[in-house]
Order: sequence, then C-alpha cells, then structure tokens
Amino acid sequence: MNPPYTPGEAAGALPASGAALSALSVDDERIKARAAAETRQDAVFHWSLFAAAGLVLLVLGAAAASMLWGGREAFATFGWHFIVSDEWDAVGHRFGAFVPIYGTLVSSAIAMIIAIPVSFGIALFLTEIAPTWLRGPIGSAIELLAGIPSIIYGMWGLFSFVPFMAANVLPWVDRNLGAIPWVGPLFRGPPLGIGMLTAGIVLGIMVIPFISSVMRDVFQTVPAALKESAYALGSTTWEVVWKVVLPYTRSAVVGGIFLGLGRALGETMAVTFVLGNAHQLSASLLMPGNSIAATIANEFTEADSDIYLSSLIALGFLLFIVTFVVLTIARLMLYNLARKEGR
Amino acid sequence: MLRATGFFYRRRRAVDLIAKTLGVAATGFGLFWLAWILVVTLSNGVHAISPAIFTQNTPPPGGEGGLANALFGSLMMSLLGVAIGAPLGIAAGTYLAEFAERHHTWRESVRFVNDILLSAPSIVLGLFVYTLAVRPVGHFSGWAGGIALALIVLPVVVRTTDETLRLVPNVMREAALSLGIPRWKVTMQVLYRAAAPGILTGVLLGLARISGETAPLLFTSLNNQFWAGSLNQPNSSVPVVVFQFAMSPYESWHALAWAGAFIVTVFVLVLSVATRAYLLRNRVEAAA
Repeated sequence: MNPPYTPGEAAGALPASGAALSALSVDDERIKARAAAETRQDAVFHWSLFAAAGLVLLVLGAAAASMLWGGREAFATFGWHFIVSDEWDAVGHRFGAFVPIYGTLVSSAIAMIIAIPVSFGIALFLTEIAPTWLRGPIGSAIELLAGIPSIIYGMWGLFSFVPFMAANVLPWVDRNLGAIPWVGPLFRGPPLGIGMLTAGIVLGIMVIPFISSVMRDVFQTVPAALKESAYALGSTTWEVVWKVVLPYTRSAVVGGIFLGLGRALGETMAVTFVLGNAHQLSASLLMPGNSIAATIANEFTEADSDIYLSSLIALGFLLFIVTFVVLTIARLMLYNLARKEGR
Repeated sequence: MLRATGFFYRRRRAVDLIAKTLGVAATGFGLFWLAWILVVTLSNGVHAISPAIFTQNTPPPGGEGGLANALFGSLMMSLLGVAIGAPLGIAAGTYLAEFAERHHTWRESVRFVNDILLSAPSIVLGLFVYTLAVRPVGHFSGWAGGIALALIVLPVVVRTTDETLRLVPNVMREAALSLGIPRWKVTMQVLYRAAAPGILTGVLLGLARISGETAPLLFTSLNNQFWAGSLNQPNSSVPVVVFQFAMSPYESWHALAWAGAFIVTVFVLVLSVATRAYLLRNRVEAAA
C-alpha cells in the first residue's frame, strides 16, 4: 500500500534526501495509475457513446430488415401482383395492395395541393408582412397545430369536420365541380362526408405547420444585404420574396415540402378516422377509400392467418421504402442550403 | 411613356397587395383550424370529465365507467419510453457533438439517419417492435409498448442534445481539459451542466410527442379492458382507448373518448407551452 501523501511533505523535504525521492517516485506511480484509470474510464465512456450512436443506425436498418422478413411470405406468394392487384380478400387469402397505395398517394397529393400554397403564405406573413411583435405569437400558434396529436385530428375530423363536409361542402362540390368536363368524375358522388377528399384536407391541415416552419426558418437565412439591395432598387415586398428570397432558398423550400409529404404519406390515425376503410377503387374523391397506414391500423388485430399478417407487414415495408426515399430527398435538399450558409 | 410607367407601377403595387392579402388569409386559414379543433375538443371534453374518469376502469360496450386503467397504462409506458429513450438519445447526441470530429462521414451518416428516424411514420416503428418484442414472446405487453415509444423519443433527444452541446462555447471545454480533467468528467460535469436546459427541453418534447401516440401502441401494448397492474400484460392506453371508443356506436363510449382526448390535448399543450417558456427564459438568462 502506498503511504498517504501530503503536499507539505514534498515541499518541505530537501531534494537530496532519500525519503523525499522515494516519496516522489511513489507519487509518480500513483499519478501514472490514476492516469491509466482515467484513460480506461475515458475509453469506456467513449465506446458507450459510440454504441448509442450506432444504435440509431441499427434501429433504422433493423426496422427495414424486420419488415422485409415479416412480409416475405406475402412478397413470395403474390410477387408483383401484391403491388398492382386491387384484390383484398381476407377469406380467400388473396391480397393486393393497389387500393391502399392509390389511397395513400391521392390523399397525400390533395394534402400537398392545400398545404404548399398555405404554408408559403404563412411563411410570407411571418417573415415579411407581420409586425415584429406579432411574429412570435402567431408562429407559436401555428406550431401548436403540429403539437396536437393525430388522434385528436381524427376525432375532430370524424365528429365535426365530416358532418360539416357532408352538409355544406360536398353537395356543392358534386353540383358544381362534378359538372366540369374531364375532371368532373373526380368530384361526383354521394355526400358521405368520409372519403378521399376529406382525408386529404385533414392531412393538409396537419402538414401545414411542418412545411411553414421550415419555409419560415430558411427565409430568415437570406442575407439582409440581398433583400435590402432589392428594396433599395424599388422592389415591392412580393418582388423581393419571389425574385430574391425564393431563388436563394429554393432547394430548402423543396426540402421542406418533401418533409411535409413524408409526414402525409405515413400519417395513420387521422386518416383512419375519416377515410372510411373501404377496399374498393373508385374514380370519385368523394367515395371512401383506404391508405396503407389506415389498412394496417384497422386490420392488424383482425389478421387471422399468417398470409394476412404477412401482407400487412409487407404493406408496412412498402410505406417505409416510400417515406425513406421522400425523406432522403428532403434532407439532401435541406443540407444544400446549410452548405451554402457555410454551416 | 409616363402613362405606361404609371400602369406598370400600379400593376406591381396591385400584385404586391394581392400577395400580402393572400399571406394574411393563409395565416388566418391556419389559425382557423387550430381554433376549431381546440374549441371542439375542449368543449366536448369538459362536459365528459368527471371524477369517475380517474377512479373507474373502462366499461364494457355501452356501459358507464372511467379511464383509470388507460391513464395508468399511458403513464407507465410513457415513463418507460422516456427512461429508455432519453439516456440512449443523450449518449448518441453527445457522441455526435463531442466525440466524432475525426470521423466526418460516420458522424454525418448517423445524423442523417437520425433525421430520417425523426420524421419516419410511427406506425412503421410499431410494426418493427411487434416483430422484435411481441412475436418472439408470443403476447402483447406494456414492455413492447414502452420500447416502441422509446424509439420515438430517441431521435428527438439525439437531435436536441447534439444541437445544444454544439452551442456550448469551446472555452469551457478547453478550460476544463487544461486542468487535466478526463473527458468523461468534462462532459458529465461541465458540458451537461451548461447544456442542461436544452437537453431537458428535448426530453420534454419527446414526452409530449409520445403522450398522444396511438399507431405504434396498436401492435405492441394492444388494449386491456381491466387494470393491467404490470407491464407484462397487454396494457390499455388513453390514445388507443380514444380510438376504439370513438369508432364505436355507443354514446357513453363517445363521452369517454372525448374525456380522453381532452386529457391528452391539455397535457400535450401545457407541456409544449411550458417547455417553450422554460427554454425562452433560460436563453434570455444566458444572453444577459
């Protein structure tokens, strides 16, 4: 055991004395031991953090692999027909995902048609139009929309918005838009309330806060000198936004839109409430349909055969691949602006 | 010539005015939905709230009852989700911000994947946990629900920890390291102390996000009409009960669904507003 060491001992001792020398060497050993211990602790700490970071990668990879594995029976049995067939027969064990895929794409498309211009308008308002004192509160209020859980959108949709659509909006849509040649069939149908159009609108409201907050943030990164130069040349606010701000931030704006699209594609609960869970293909947006996520949520606990369950997991895999591609595009677009800024 | 200039000038002014009007209208459009959703949820929920909500279990179809078992299940699984997700997230975020400066590609790919995970559909994570923790065990359980929620908390905490630590001034690291303090101590005792408000914000945002999460719980904790008592059994949770009861044809179940929706909404809104206020106050203090 090492003798206890006090600083006074070393300071008081003469360098020449043997006792002091041995004390110093003992001390040296203890410092070495301690340094070694600290190096060990540092290594353990470092490697645990490294493992946690690796876990993040692992989760995404394992999620994809596990769903591919879980859906292998469906892919092996139906092959390409799983994607192109619109047959969904739980009794006859024949499953094709075309109806949910179609529903997911169409409802997301409606959502984007609504959300993109509205989000742009909100970002314009929050960065250029509103007085400074109003920007914080309004921005927070819009972000609250993103905080509301999707189940709440679903309940509100089912009990308030669906009856409202059925009573006030859809009859008008059927009468007026349904009469237009070419696109008319999209808008013809009974005013049920639930259906593709309603689901698309609810989805649109849900993704507005995501897209508008990205747009607002990237609009704020435009150097003031650029905007002020344009103003000094006599540009109007609109011209500054359209000809200076938007070109400067184009890739990030597209990134924000894709981020919103990723949300819309994978949104589950709100859509499940208002889409109607009907496995039938119809030209009209007023008719009930289905989406990938809603099909999984509705039928997972009812899946009574292996091939049924496997088909649902295979649907999950398709959803994962599509959202992965969309979100990857979104991130690459957003990184472009970050690089431009030199961050 | 002058007239032409006047025409173009007026036209530009008009376009500007229209754009501004549409911008204001778009903002009004967004706020309109927020107000409608909140008014409907809060007014229906207030009528449905009663002491029985907190003392009785979910009733059989058409019966009267409360949400006590669902509230308990939600509480336990959310706590489990944060207990697993937050430490892992803080560790991974610390690695990205502090320990990966020499491994640029690796660091950026982890950040990239984390960003994907942050926006990935939660239903996909639920399916993943189903194949990971439900199928091998053979039954649905509260543990599986907690793991699914942890996977949703994880990327939120990684992101906020990473961003907050990068804001800590280098002077602090250098001062501590120059005293010969090992890096793990510098991180735990100096950097975490400086970054605590930001990291806490991330954890609370993660909690807010999972407290209304429904889709992943459908495949992991499922539901339970009775008091589960342990996480080994299927557990009910408020969002899943809201989903089941709202889709049912019974009036008494609808009332309970509104009560659940009310509790979830108030909890999430209070949590996110309080978090924002807390972060704002701490940021102001740091700047002063």
